[in-house]
Amino acid sequence: MKLSGWGKYPVVDCQLSKPRSEEELSQSVLKSNAIARGNGRAYGDSALNRTNTIDMRKFSHMLSFDPKSGQLVAESGVLLSDIIKAFLPRGWFPIVTPGTRFVSLGGMVAADVHGKNHHVDGSFGNCIDWLDVMSADGNVMRCSRTENAELFNWTIGGMGLTGVILRVALRLRSVNTGWIRQTTHVAQNLDTAIDMFEDSLDATYSVAWIDCLSSGDALGRSLVMLGEHATLSELPNKCRANLFPSVSKPKLAVPFSLPRFCLNTYSVRAFNALYYWNGKRGDATSYVNWNSYFYPLDSIMNWNRIYGRKGFAQFQCVLPLGNARTSLNDMLEEIAASGRGSFLAVLKRFGKQESRFSFPMEGYTLALDFPISNGSVSLIQKLGQMTAKGGGRIYLAKDSIMNAQSLRATDAARVAEFETMRQTSGAAERFASMQSERLKL
Amino acid sequence: MSNGPVLILGARSDIAQATAHEYAEHGYPIQLAARNSETLQIIKHDFETRYQIQVTLHDFDVLDVERHAEFVDGLPELPEIVVCAVGALGNQEEDEKDILGAAQIIRSNFEGPASILAVLANRFEKRASGSLVGISSVAGERGRATNYIYGSAKAGFSAYLSGLRNRLSKKGVHVVTVLPGFVDTKMTESLDLPEKLTAQPSEVASAIVRATKKRKNIVYSKPVWAFIMTVIRSIPEFLFKKMRI
Ligand SMILES: Cc1cc2nc3c(=O)[nH]c(=O)nc-3n(C[C@H](O)[C@H](O)[C@H](O)COP(=O)(O)OP(=O)(O)OC[C@H]3O[C@@H](n4cnc5c(N)ncnc54)[C@H](O)[C@@H]3O)c2cc1C
Ligand SMILES: NC(=O)c1ccc[n+]([C@@H]2O[C@H](COP(=O)([O-])OP(=O)(O)OC[C@H]3O[C@@H](n4cnc5c(N)ncnc54)[C@H](OP(=O)(O)O)[C@@H]3O)[C@@H](O)[C@H]2O)c1
Repeated sequence: MKLSGWGKYPVVDCQLSKPRSEEELSQSVLKSNAIARGNGRAYGDSALNRTNTIDMRKFSHMLSFDPKSGQLVAESGVLLSDIIKAFLPRGWFPIVTPGTRFVSLGGMVAADVHGKNHHVDGSFGNCIDWLDVMSADGNVMRCSRTENAELFNWTIGGMGLTGVILRVALRLRSVNTGWIRQTTHVAQNLDTAIDMFEDSLDATYSVAWIDCLSSGDALGRSLVMLGEHATLSELPNKCRANLFPSVSKPKLAVPFSLPRFCLNTYSVRAFNALYYWNGKRGDATSYVNWNSYFYPLDSIMNWNRIYGRKGFAQFQCVLPLGNARTSLNDMLEEIAASGRGSFLAVLKRFGKQESRFSFPMEGYTLALDFPISNGSVSLIQKLGQMTAKGGGRIYLAKDSIMNAQSLRATDAARVAEFETMRQTSGAAERFASMQSERLKL
Repeated sequence: MSNGPVLILGARSDIAQATAHEYAEHGYPIQLAARNSETLQIIKHDFETRYQIQVTLHDFDVLDVERHAEFVDGLPELPEIVVCAVGALGNQEEDEKDILGAAQIIRSNFEGPASILAVLANRFEKRASGSLVGISSVAGERGRATNYIYGSAKAGFSAYLSGLRNRLSKKGVHVVTVLPGFVDTKMTESLDLPEKLTAQPSEVASAIVRATKKRKNIVYSKPVWAFIMTVIRSIPEFLFKKMRI
């Protein structure tokens, strides 16, 4: 059947199996080289394999929860949205969450996802206690920091290329309420925005929206948004009435692929409105429910159709602290001059990170969307080169464009070790995605 | 007010599980009944972890009609709602030749479900409350060459449910007939179903929960099937017999 990632590029005819038991899973794994697929929220071809894509969503059981430690044990096809639905009303929230809740635990582990709090809590790997992984021989191994540590460390961030994740033991964070205290600051340009991030390292959550059309002195003008879990005592009455607001099913849906100007028109308006409003009022504090704070796009079903039929690609890089200002400046100039990108880009601060193959490193990460066209593909390649020059990396969970050389230009040493590990463990023969083939991993 | 339990017959079915999820989410205790019920342990853990409700597992074979009363006696509590998802599609071409095979399909879709619902209906009648939900099929609305063995058994089951409803409507017991069209489940995994006409198990589940809450009698899933079946039923037999649908 025709499958793609969230960016709807590339769209590929793949053989898909939906195993329901460990036995059925091992049959799929042993059939031919294979890749596990979670909820298809990676943008490109990370979860595609023409002859053997394994849909893990039937492994969707939660197995146990320990309210003392906050440890949840669940199968890898469980969605983050289901975890929030079950546990937020009891005062628990994921420690690390990406910008959509429609991701599977397996996908979160494989991409070692990050949230707006990486500078405080690190990546998703930090809150994992152990994993059960089906490796190349079809056997399931329990692994953790102390048991089969190599498999554990490579699987977190390993993009499904070390084995199939079956079960995950993760810790949740206890929260008082489902509300976030958000303060929004206006930054006239990139430098100011970065200064604000550096001054806010103790804020739990921080993120900036950058206006990619601005240039000159205003290059990188942005809204910097900081957030904290609100405690009960600080909540205004109207929020107290509904301590853990729940979400109804998404009401807004994008019924078919739209011409691309729509998205930009909307986001330009929204950004400008917020920018001027906040600019006038000075730094604004408000209480926002968890869903609109963490997952603003989730309430618009199928928003990926907004970019039109050809699909889109997301470019996301991280640049080390030392080079971030100059590299980001150059990139934003390039993007503004091209006029091709989405109007908004997202900027986040990463803290220190230790991992074998995960994306984050201490520094700044920039992400923005491009509708697919020849011009945007070459621009993404150019941005990739600039990333390499700045000593940074590209996020595999978003990538559909890089080639083997450009990957190695950013990450040569780690890629070489990853390849060796895959050869010696037998994973190289068993697990492959279209992305791993494109990148010769 | 605390909810009485929901008994799910044929609990391994995808539709059954989606339905159980939805009731569990509303706080109902769940009784899961199926053949080899110990293999449903993982579902019990899942429901207990997610919903903090009580889940019990029960061995149940719909063909073992002689033990249906005993089965009901063995439940920890007489349920408030029963959902019967038991069914078997069979293989039309083979079953045309294999009379015993065909009989098994007919018994699994009609005789067995009718028997267990009879036991429960009598107890509900005595208690003067409860809901009985039978999952039949649009296949029972008109016999077609490609699946009339299954279809005729479902037709029998639909008529049975209708009669039961008629009998019990003044006794405080509600009966729901569920008529799904195509549903994306294990039963239909190998078939190439048209996406627009195919419901997800969760859609059928919501329709069932809504039907017991709002006391609806007959629900289609997806609703477009009500229209399709009206058209199919209205084709004159002299034409229908020549059609390939
Ligand atoms: C709107 C949006 C916002 C996002 N925001 C963020 C963000 O803020 N931070 C961030 O880090 N990411 C973000 N992402 C990316 C997303 O979190 C990752 O791509 C994640 O991996 C998607 O999970 P999935 O279950 O959909 O996995 P898929 O897309 O199905 O698969 C992704 C990768 O995980 C592997 N995988 C999936 N399941 C398993 C398994 N059981 N065993 C082994 N490997 C497996 C696949 O092989 C593939 O390599 C965002 C994506 C979207 C669409
Ligand atoms: N899928 C569709 O397109 C569709 C359309 C219309 C109606 N339906 C009806 O919906 C219901 C649920 O079906 P489904 O799609 O979820 O398929 P399914 O998974 O095949 O469900 C049928 C269930 O019936 C159980 N069963 C069969 N014989 C039994 C017996 N002798 N004793 C106890 N249980 C028995 C099976 O149990 P085991 O797991 O033990 O085998 C199975 O769990 C069925 O009544 C079906 O006819 C389905």
